[in-house]
Amino acid sequence: MTDTLPDPSFAGREYPPTAPYGVGREKLREFAAAVGARHPAHVDPDAARGLGYADVVAPATFAVVIAQAAEAQYIQDPAAAIDFSRVVHADERFTHHRPIVAGDELVTVLHVDSVVHRAGIAMVTTRCEITAADDGAPVSTVTSTLAVRGES
Amino acid sequence: MGGPVFEDLSVGDVVVTETLRFDRERLVRYAGASGDFNRIHWDEAFATGVGLPNVIVHGMLTMGAAIGPVEEWAGDPGAVIDYQTRFTRPVPVPADDVVEVAVSGAVAVLDAEARTARVDLTVTAAGAKVLGKAQAVVRL
Repeated sequence: MTDTLPDPSFAGREYPPTAPYGVGREKLREFAAAVGARHPAHVDPDAARGLGYADVVAPATFAVVIAQAAEAQYIQDPAAAIDFSRVVHADERFTHHRPIVAGDELVTVLHVDSVVHRAGIAMVTTRCEITAADDGAPVSTVTSTLAVRGES
Repeated sequence: MGGPVFEDLSVGDVVVTETLRFDRERLVRYAGASGDFNRIHWDEAFATGVGLPNVIVHGMLTMGAAIGPVEEWAGDPGAVIDYQTRFTRPVPVPADDVVEVAVSGAVAVLDAEARTARVDLTVTAAGAKVLGKAQAVVRL
């Protein structure tokens, strides 16, 4: 049964920019505590400023919070036919063009790079291009692949 | 905070070792902090109902926790300019248990022109790899 797999025609789709995400100092502290990131620059503004940053710095995987919110436009679209109970996260990649810091206002454009069916499984790869809301400068690229099992 | 000196590094140097510990409380904390409320990470009946051995650690939590020691080693969290992994095996977390995940990171590639080091992470639970191709590029 391949009709339970995601619709391949979504490949190549690009979504409109999201509303700006405001990066908060307390959110970064909360996320750093959750992943166990101990570097003081995640929580202490003075430590962050000592490294040349305007405010506390996001852990390396924090951008997933922003990316997952953007990915929901696609993943939760019934027309995309993604059954989340059949989804396994296959891979993830963060490329940081510059670090994310508290006070950033960030806009995300979601791309569906590929939807490939093979042997009853669909591999769905999305890419989030995260940019600064004020000048459009690139901040982070987040690439994620989900494996979706068909009904067997 | 002084970071490592590029010229002092050699391919093969083990630069981080750490034991991560995951219990149910930590999974719930990550769910709240990240916004990923997939029930396979906190609802045992749901997780076993979809064929998992138990509630499992968010792959993104394992990935996020494994990079912390690299950020500390680098001396600057913003020095991690690229980080990727595959999720190769779920990490089940039984109720009232603490599951240990071992992290070891070694220098795999040194790029003298870009002044970057690629640190490859070996991340295992009960002796089996749970992350694959876990690679962080650190600017020094």
